Amino acid sequence: MSATGIGAAVRRKEDQRFVTGKGHYTDDVNRPGQCYAYFLRSPHAHARIKAIDGTAAAKMPGVLAVLTGAALAGDKIGNLICGWMITSKDGTQMKMAPHPALAHGKANHVGDAVAVILAETLAQARDAAEKVDIVYEPLPAVTDPAKAQTDGAPQIHEIASRNTIYQWHLGDQKAAETAFKSAHHVTRLDFVNNRLSPNAIEPRAAIGEYDAGTDGLTLWNTTQNPHVARLVISAFVGIAPENKLRVIAPDVGGGFGSKIFIYPEEVVCLWASRKIGRPVKWVSDRSEAFLTDAHGRDHVTHAEMAFDAEGKATGLRVKTIANLGAYMSTFSSSVPTYLYGTLLSGQYDIPAIYCEVDAVYTNTVPVDAYRGAGRPEATFVVERLMEVGAREMGVDPVDLRKKNFIKTFPHQTPVIMNYDAGDYHASLKKALEISDYSGFAKRKRESARHDKLRGVGISTYIEACGIAPSQAVGSLGCGVGLWESAEVRVNPTGSVEVLTGCHQHGQGHETTFAQVVAERLGIPIENVSIVHGDTDKVQFGMGTYGSRSGAVGISAIVKALDKIEIKAKKVAAHLMEAAEGDIIFQDGKFTVAGTDKSAAWGDVTLNAYIAHKFVGAELEPGLKEGAFYDPVNFTFPAGCHICEVEVDPQTGESEIVAWTAVDDFGTVINPMIVEGQVHGGIAQGVGQALLEGVVYDKDGQLVTGSLMDYCMPRAHNLPTLKVDLTMTKSPSNPLGIKGCGEAGAIAAPVAVINAITDAIGTEDLAMPATAQTVWQALQKANSRRQAA
Amino acid sequence: MSAVALTVNGKAVTGDVDPRTLLVQYLREHLRLTGTHVGCDTSQCGACVVHVDGKAVKACTVFVWQLEGADVMTIEGLAEANGPLHPMQEAFREHHGLQCGYCTPGMIMTAVDMVNRKGNDLDDPTIRHELEGNLCRCTGYHNIVKAIAAGAKAMGKGQTQPAS
Repeated sequence: MSATGIGAAVRRKEDQRFVTGKGHYTDDVNRPGQCYAYFLRSPHAHARIKAIDGTAAAKMPGVLAVLTGAALAGDKIGNLICGWMITSKDGTQMKMAPHPALAHGKANHVGDAVAVILAETLAQARDAAEKVDIVYEPLPAVTDPAKAQTDGAPQIHEIASRNTIYQWHLGDQKAAETAFKSAHHVTRLDFVNNRLSPNAIEPRAAIGEYDAGTDGLTLWNTTQNPHVARLVISAFVGIAPENKLRVIAPDVGGGFGSKIFIYPEEVVCLWASRKIGRPVKWVSDRSEAFLTDAHGRDHVTHAEMAFDAEGKATGLRVKTIANLGAYMSTFSSSVPTYLYGTLLSGQYDIPAIYCEVDAVYTNTVPVDAYRGAGRPEATFVVERLMEVGAREMGVDPVDLRKKNFIKTFPHQTPVIMNYDAGDYHASLKKALEISDYSGFAKRKRESARHDKLRGVGISTYIEACGIAPSQAVGSLGCGVGLWESAEVRVNPTGSVEVLTGCHQHGQGHETTFAQVVAERLGIPIENVSIVHGDTDKVQFGMGTYGSRSGAVGISAIVKALDKIEIKAKKVAAHLMEAAEGDIIFQDGKFTVAGTDKSAAWGDVTLNAYIAHKFVGAELEPGLKEGAFYDPVNFTFPAGCHICEVEVDPQTGESEIVAWTAVDDFGTVINPMIVEGQVHGGIAQGVGQALLEGVVYDKDGQLVTGSLMDYCMPRAHNLPTLKVDLTMTKSPSNPLGIKGCGEAGAIAAPVAVINAITDAIGTEDLAMPATAQTVWQALQKANSRRQAA
Repeated sequence: MSAVALTVNGKAVTGDVDPRTLLVQYLREHLRLTGTHVGCDTSQCGACVVHVDGKAVKACTVFVWQLEGADVMTIEGLAEANGPLHPMQEAFREHHGLQCGYCTPGMIMTAVDMVNRKGNDLDDPTIRHELEGNLCRCTGYHNIVKAIAAGAKAMGKGQTQPAS
């Protein structure tokens, strides 16, 4: 391993600009002549918009225009769309309701944009907003997914009777029924997977700029996938043809899924810019972020697992109601279906699985992918059932997991996925050692001595990453292919630019991608630049989410590098007057087999461009190759997280006192960056388990609308984390990479809940397990015990 | 409009601003010092932390007119221009104490202030407690805590002290 190659903890190239304040985020972009957009948002969860009068506002100082949904409709601007078609069990297609960028006729959640004010300054736009007269007729609202389908629930969209978007299922219902009929023991659980707000610290932002000279539009945008944004805004919303729309995603301050989606505000900035002939800038404030950034999770689930007399899981049945909010966000439909149901086999050999999911509209912010996206929800189902099942049957949860582990690969689950590689015993064993699991009983006694309840919780999770084989996702309803592209441009002096369709917003691609290229070409890492985030530079790409950039994005780069090597060898053959087949390329040097002839990388790259040694008819000048890589399978990162908590029974407060994570991510390019991804994922998972939860009141008002009301994990909420790795390479891509971005968020919530329930001796515990919730669970359990 | 005159990163600056202009808006929009970030509107996130007369201040909580004659230092002023990184910046880089980089300027300015107040030997609970007012969504804080401990030590070894 070289000091900068694959496996080296190279310090990040991008950090120089970030630690000196020279990062360049969307809000740092200012265009000549720009004006500012301020969105007026519905204060009602559900209301008919009877009238909007912007006359007085339009006369306010600095105001350029007041635009409404009627104007948008008048200009025939199309609706936002959901790009994954889900088919219900009765064969009907999902009910996608119209989603205009500015609500027209009816507002469907608090925060739904109903008008936009454009002014010379943001302060002027805000002032003018107070003068816009809107007459609403408030309607009854529903926010709880469990109530959305009930008789008399308010109907949100005409197209979706009983607010039902789809009723989807997966697996073999009859086989599951048979398993449950002959079960020795059945574990049953009901729970809510709590609704979360993603809260990337950089708020969303957009600048739309129309150039009348070229009739072109440029959008600077906080997006994880600029090309997908361009495609949707062109092909569906119809703002401009694809070739007339440039999308630039500069430095982006965290995404976690929330910046995948195409949002109303960027559409409006583009549309308004053309309308008034000036660049239009919008930056979300945090309150708007809570009201508009797609939320995550929000499942209501009943799940049951059947075991035989030996503790072997024989069947799993899951029924979930998934809240998709007021509109179907860009990939919302896929999250509670193909990113959820397909992972319900966990790390286990479960012969029969049947899963039903109803997706519903409610008067809430749209729900879509948030770090883990479906997989944390699936892991919560499987790992809670396994843990509670063990406790009910009086067996060690570790032994029960071992008994049920998949041991041979490839393994076809009953829910589509074909696991290609893994070693679940290895990660469990290592995690047990590092966490000193065998010493837990002693530590529990020590905790008891100072009146604390100690618990341990295990989560042996699996995820499907490397999203995704295009044909496979196409057959399941996805509207796009999920390959990735790369272009390797070698300069005459031998330095290299790599253009990737992935986008970084914290993942460190500028370093890890360069490590792969530098090692392959035998050149200094400083000589490799990674270019991303601009549709005028990179031809096309699917962006970054679903832990795909390593497994898919790097694979595309490797494929392009293969082509570079082939071409460079041809140039070297001409240069050294040798047969092409005799050229060996190693450590940045070309040699002719069996001779002492050699040429340096730089000699060959220069000769590729000066083209003095070959005839253009037989070999084209230049050294630039592109590749589109379409994965052959998902990848299956897996591992074991062990959480230890101490609960104060007097206050209900839980403290995480130890955390061990052992993950199998396949080949690791940069262990420092991979560990950092695990840390961040765990923090988000701990946030879900202990602190975070979006709350709506009965009228549909968002109670948790600021960082004072929505509790984000802070440094003191987390312990020092012990993070380690095991490795089985993925056979499904050239370097054996699996992906690491979401593991922590997937594994963590259920590890925490398994630990707290172990400590307090009752399984009835909701997330977030705040001090109050834990204290109440303890009181309830105590009174049950006293009554018994 | 209000006239303002203060020092930012060692340079005297003057301007005529709308009285409701916050320090963070003045830095970002008038001086184009965009290293100081805005992450919330309730003074929770700490992305906007700068030093005012040597003390950490959330630049979203103060109007610029309140700072007449004050000495403000932002992330851009922490290290000498074209010089080496400040030890705390270097520690964040070395210990992977940042991912997307958005909270980072505020984290570093808070960390330097922490060292100024608490000294060069900072233990884990102290650092975590002191970070109450700074949110990071990427790192899980693990490496930020490591970076601050190391940066604090490095600052004590006679390396560049902050100008404030």
